[in-house]
Amino acid sequence: MAKDQKPTFAPEFGELERSESEAAPATKVTRRSFLGHLGAAGIAVTASPVLASAAVQNAPAQTPAAAAPAGSVPVTLKVNGEQHTLNLDPRTTLLDCLRENLNFPGTKKGCDHGQCGACTVHVNGKRVNSCLSFAVMHSADEIVTIEGLGTPDHMHPMQVSFVEHDAYQCGYCTSGQIMSAVALQAEPVGPTDDDVKQGMYGNICRCGAYPNIVAAVQAARRNA
Amino acid sequence: MQTFEYSRPTTLDQAIQAGARSKTAQQYADVRFVAGGTTLVDLMKLDVERPNQLVDINGLALDQIQSAPRGGVVIGALARNAAVAHHPTIQRDYPVLSEALLSGASPQLRNMATTAGNLLQRTRCVYFRDTAHACNKREPGTGCSAIGGHNRTLAILGTSKDCIATNPSDQNVALTALEATIQVRGAKGERSIPIGEFYLKPGTTPNRETVLEPGDLIVSVTLPAVEPGTRSHYLKLRDRAAYEFALSSAAVVINVSGGRIERVRVALGGVGTVPWRSHEAEEVLRGQRMSAAIFRKAAEAAMKDARPASENGFKVELAKRCIVRALTVSTQSA
Repeated sequence: MAKDQKPTFAPEFGELERSESEAAPATKVTRRSFLGHLGAAGIAVTASPVLASAAVQNAPAQTPAAAAPAGSVPVTLKVNGEQHTLNLDPRTTLLDCLRENLNFPGTKKGCDHGQCGACTVHVNGKRVNSCLSFAVMHSADEIVTIEGLGTPDHMHPMQVSFVEHDAYQCGYCTSGQIMSAVALQAEPVGPTDDDVKQGMYGNICRCGAYPNIVAAVQAARRNA
Repeated sequence: MQTFEYSRPTTLDQAIQAGARSKTAQQYADVRFVAGGTTLVDLMKLDVERPNQLVDINGLALDQIQSAPRGGVVIGALARNAAVAHHPTIQRDYPVLSEALLSGASPQLRNMATTAGNLLQRTRCVYFRDTAHACNKREPGTGCSAIGGHNRTLAILGTSKDCIATNPSDQNVALTALEATIQVRGAKGERSIPIGEFYLKPGTTPNRETVLEPGDLIVSVTLPAVEPGTRSHYLKLRDRAAYEFALSSAAVVINVSGGRIERVRVALGGVGTVPWRSHEAEEVLRGQRMSAAIFRKAAEAAMKDARPASENGFKVELAKRCIVRALTVSTQSA
């Protein structure tokens, strides 16, 4: 993996080809930059109130001093050890804020209703579904996303274990799986594979990589 | 999602004053308290709840779990489901509650969901959750799409011609069997409500689910002291082994002495419009010697008034077997 890659994008496993292309010169169209532009255009057309505010935050034409959109609320969030101050539509979920406003796209949106676990992050050391609370509710909290767990050069042991055990196929659920697995290590979970399955059932993998996920979690626990 | 004003009070009084401005504390309350968010944010995304003011109560110090002065345990309204389930006193004295909590939701959701939020968990009836369908609970007077529709998971006890929606909670079934009381602080002061009087059967007003009024804030739940020798157990039957709501569940709290049942409380989940206390089953069991036959007789009594809809007739026998099994497990080697 390229050395000059932005660390914020780095720990998205299962997307290595994309990550390498992202490290290419800025003029080159990458998947993320393409989708990002498409998303901004789509927002301008549909003018969904929630996303409109996010678009204002990200729009290059706006200066940081630009007036906050009507109805927005000031929010201070501590993510991966860094404070961020921004104005948000109060309807912005923690998940959307992380992805759209703070540029931590490693946290994924699956069902958006707390059923799939793709959006799992740590709040004050506990794993939670970031889709089911509003960002404004987390001003006093310490939030850790997959981007705060490790970098390609210094991966978290659980990330190493997922790579070693090929614990993914498409990779979309993987950041949520890893966030859950890391949190599980601090929870009262028994030693067996069945215990791990019970501890991980809040994270759905539609590719069905479960056997390798269990193996990865167990290996990381043994080495912890 | 409709937009809302957000506030985060730092005192109980501020929260209660904000809540008291709501026209109702029931369906479509214009002011809602938010704690874990796992029910409310979900329903707001579906437009099933549309508060214009959201009062975030996470800044209130209501998350303690402590022994009550006269025995028993007081669980703060904001104690997370995971914290309650793993608390050593709960695991030792109230295993039925720990088992019920751990059988519900997912580890992530249990880290968010609170004791009081779980008390107010809303039904999973698909017609309630889909604004394209008629639903008397969501829009009074529009009719019930479930009675002639997909009702396999819905209630067989406590139903009415207007609503057959199931109360989905596991926690509340255990709390019902434990005879918990709910402490509420409101505009008129504080009161204590036995859980058996907290929920309202649908009747002709399924939009009214609890006795709560605007401004009422649940501050804690009290579990009575356990008698020595009390055993308890929660059994949950569902379509898959994890991460699914109950088709039928049973919470049993029982004292057996010399093979005779001295005290017993039975509550059912997945089959009632409210967390369902089965006094009928308890009457059959009380004072009797333990046997498979008496367990079955109690189960028959519990289902005496069951009124299945078109797709959930199987729940009658399933619930009976669930009761027998829960009684059997909870009294093993007693």
